[in-house]
Amino acid sequence: MIRKILYIAIFAMFFQANTANAGSTGSEDLKSPTKITADECFEGFSRAMFTFNHGLDKAVFKPVAKGYRALPVPIRRGTGNAMDNLRSLLTLSNNLLQGDFSAAGNTAGRFAINTTVGILGIFDPASALGLKEKGKEDFGQTLGVWGADPGCYFVLPILGPTTARDAIGKVGNVFLDPVFQITHNTEIDNGVIGNSTYSEHNYYYYRTTSAVDFRAKNIESFDSLEKNSIDFYASLKSLYLQNRSKKILNTESKVDTQDDSDWEEIEN
Amino acid sequence: MKKKFFIFVFFIFSIFLFQNSVSAYSSDPKQFIQEVVDEAKKILVASNSKENREKELSAIALKVADIKGIGLYTLGGYRKELNEKQLKEYDTLFEKYFLKSFTSRLSDYSDPKIEVISADVKNEKYTIVKSLLLATDKKPEVKIDWRVYTKNQNKPLIRDLIVEGLSLARTQKEEFASVIESNNGDVTKLFDTLRKFIDK
Repeated sequence: MIRKILYIAIFAMFFQANTANAGSTGSEDLKSPTKITADECFEGFSRAMFTFNHGLDKAVFKPVAKGYRALPVPIRRGTGNAMDNLRSLLTLSNNLLQGDFSAAGNTAGRFAINTTVGILGIFDPASALGLKEKGKEDFGQTLGVWGADPGCYFVLPILGPTTARDAIGKVGNVFLDPVFQITHNTEIDNGVIGNSTYSEHNYYYYRTTSAVDFRAKNIESFDSLEKNSIDFYASLKSLYLQNRSKKILNTESKVDTQDDSDWEEIEN
Repeated sequence: MKKKFFIFVFFIFSIFLFQNSVSAYSSDPKQFIQEVVDEAKKILVASNSKENREKELSAIALKVADIKGIGLYTLGGYRKELNEKQLKEYDTLFEKYFLKSFTSRLSDYSDPKIEVISADVKNEKYTIVKSLLLATDKKPEVKIDWRVYTKNQNKPLIRDLIVEGLSLARTQKEEFASVIESNNGDVTKLFDTLRKFIDK
């Protein structure tokens, strides 16, 4: 039943993304495979969800992140490394789907070294051995690489900002993430996939820990952004879309995603 | 003899004045950013009051950032809808907003360790200077790129900070557009919002 709902959701999202693209030609898509802007789907709902998430963050996530930060640095660093190591399996799936075999080799090498020599990813000897690239890939990025426009922008409860493309990506991530495939055990009886040793809860513990680690690393950045914004919702929307565009292009610098024409009329 | 002496003093004074009017900073973008970073760091490390720090940081920003250019960029196409008087009012408001927001962001760092790494000349008008804000126990390492406007090669100016690939100027531009759009395209409502932020 749940699977049926997911398929319907994916179909609906694709339909929405295609509708949002109506009117653009194939050549435009080729010229601009990574639109930085996205129209709002339903701004009123999104702003309400944003307020809800913001309240939840203040009441729950931020205090938990602050508590996590009270842990000694080596424990936090080790936890962050281990979570990144598990996360790299999802990156590997997407490296392959994007046809980026060089990145896939790097990701697989890092995972193999850090899981063994690095004791289940707690340490990061792969970086010391020259495999320093830690890029993260997800299915939303893969869809972007395949040429899908972001579609419209909206905010999900708890999960936060997304676009039609990235929402499909979030669903896809669950199926593509080997950690989920190993831990979930709903279909073991059918002999399809899964593992009786681990339960699906492990997957959610891992995702939650990653989220807390991320929030703890960004407490001051979020506070500063909120304090200095005249429209916090719009600020986060802009940063989210810029970040997704950067990740799809796999570029480290804004130079590649924002040309000078944005500034050309401003000549003092 | 006296006349010659006065001419000599006048000459030296003129050179000094000319140099100051060009720039107190290096014309090389990478060196320029290094000097700005060093100067800001000195202020942040000194045990000054918050007000003093913000005052001194504002003084630097006025010298090294193209605040008027950033303001016009941030307003986007809406700047064409303003008359001269409104544009002047916007310039004044934006400068106050920018300085408050900029100094508040910087004041959160008590002892930032920034390494200026390299400079990438994009064209005759722009150079991107790459730097790294080193990690602390609380914060991860952050890449910061500085978009330096080099049209006047003797006086480079900062136009944007690109933090981990995310442009602050662009974020601000989209934020301003959102405020205007949610007020049915009325740019003067943005002025009200800026005033509220400045007085906060």
